[in-house]
This record gives sequence, structure tokens and C-alpha cells, in this order.
Amino acid sequence: MTPLNGCLLISALLFSIGLGGALTRRSAILVLIGIELMLNAANLNFIAFWRYGPHPEAMTGVLFVIFSIAIAAAEAAVGLALIVSIYRHAKTTDLSRLDSMKG
Amino acid sequence: MSVPFLILAAITIAAAVAAMTLRKLVHCALALAVCLVGLAGLYLDLGAEFVGLAQVLVYVGAVVILIVFAILLTRSDEHQSHGSSRILSGVAVSACVFGVLAWAVVTSGTKESPNAMLPQGAMKQIGVALMQRYVLPLEIVGLLLTAALIGAVVIAMEEKQNTK
Repeated sequence: MTPLNGCLLISALLFSIGLGGALTRRSAILVLIGIELMLNAANLNFIAFWRYGPHPEAMTGVLFVIFSIAIAAAEAAVGLALIVSIYRHAKTTDLSRLDSMKG
Repeated sequence: MSVPFLILAAITIAAAVAAMTLRKLVHCALALAVCLVGLAGLYLDLGAEFVGLAQVLVYVGAVVILIVFAILLTRSDEHQSHGSSRILSGVAVSACVFGVLAWAVVTSGTKESPNAMLPQGAMKQIGVALMQRYVLPLEIVGLLLTAALIGAVVIAMEEKQNTK
């Protein structure tokens, strides 16, 4: 197995773990943690393709990951602020109880 | 696949599983921190020093701390009564996703790249690229971060009662 394949398999495993957590857990914060894991799996893919790809001197993968980390930080800040705000209204972060918009 | 890479990958995967399966939320956040440190180690092993250090600074230093603060502010424990069918279907979906991804990776036939050496001078190249070719995305990211921080403060701000 080539190193690139190993990186991609690890990244796929990380993505699946994050997806499984985001689907099964009921706490909103844990769903956010699962989304962060999926985002990090994508970042690992970018780095792996940069490292083993044909043009590593162009730095495309590294710069993509830098911007991705910045956007993930913004996403986490807004997401957690939303969770705190929802908790203040509904007194819970359990997603199965936040069903007031269910049709 | 070097031995340090495999060790770091094992730590990362184990911490990710712990972050998604532990009962207490704070334990999950700490396992997430371990997982992100392991990922930073993987980045360092792959030769992306700047990204690895930025990962430690931004994720472990800021995002995990933010998550811990949110956990402390919301004080919510999950109820013990998990629907087992829900867990089963979620695990099945993620296993299917992993199966498809692994099949795609294994059968893609990637060849060993001719330049398997570590790229050199990464830091200087990153600086030059950020200031020349990627200067517009850099400014946009700065604007986005400012807007996101202001938005987060406004969303999470205590609503004042109408005391006129």
C-alpha cells in the first residue's frame, strides 16, 4: 500500500467516525464535535495530496488547509454561540427535544 | 508508511472513537483535543510544519477551549435512554460510507509519485504565496473572521429586558 493510500484510508476512517457520531449522538455539542472531525479528515486529505501529489512546490494543499482552519474556527464560534443561545431559550441542548419547528 | 506515522494514526483514530462514544461531554472534548494533537503530529510527519503548528494553536488552543466553555455554560447531560435502532442505523450508515470510501481509495490505483522527497523551504513559500497569489482570499478570510466573531457575540449576548 502506498503512503498516499494509507493517508486516505485514515482520513476516510476519521470521516466515518465523525459522521457516525454526528448521526447517533443527541447532544448538539457532540454533533458539532463530529462535524469538526469530518472537517479535519478533509484537511488530512488535502495535506496528503499535497505531499504525494505531482506539484508540491505550488503549496496549494497547504494554503487550502490554512484557509479551511480559519473558516472552521469561525464556524465553531458561531455554532457554539447558537448552542448557548438555544440553551438559554429551551433549557436543553438535547436535539431530540428541540422539535418545536417540526411539522 | 513509517512507524511514527502509524502510531500517530492509531492515537488519532482511538481518540476520535473516544470523542464520539464517551458518556460525559467534557471527556468527549478532551478526547477531541487528543485527536487534534494527533492530527497535528500527522501533519508534521507529512512535512507540513506550518499547518501542524497552526492546527495546535487554532484547534487545541481555541476551538476545544471554546467547546469546553460551551459545555460548562449549557450544563446538559445526555439522557441514558438511547434509542438502539437510531444508534444502529447511524453506525450502519457510517460503516457504509467508510466502505465506499475505502473501496474507492483501494481501487483507484494511485502510483508512487516520482518526487517522494520532503518539499523544502515550505515556510518561505507559504509566506510568499499568501502575500502574492492568495492575498485576496487572505483578506476575505480576515473579513469573514471579523464578521463571525461579531456575529457570535451578538447571537450569544444576553437579551436585555425592555426596561424603558
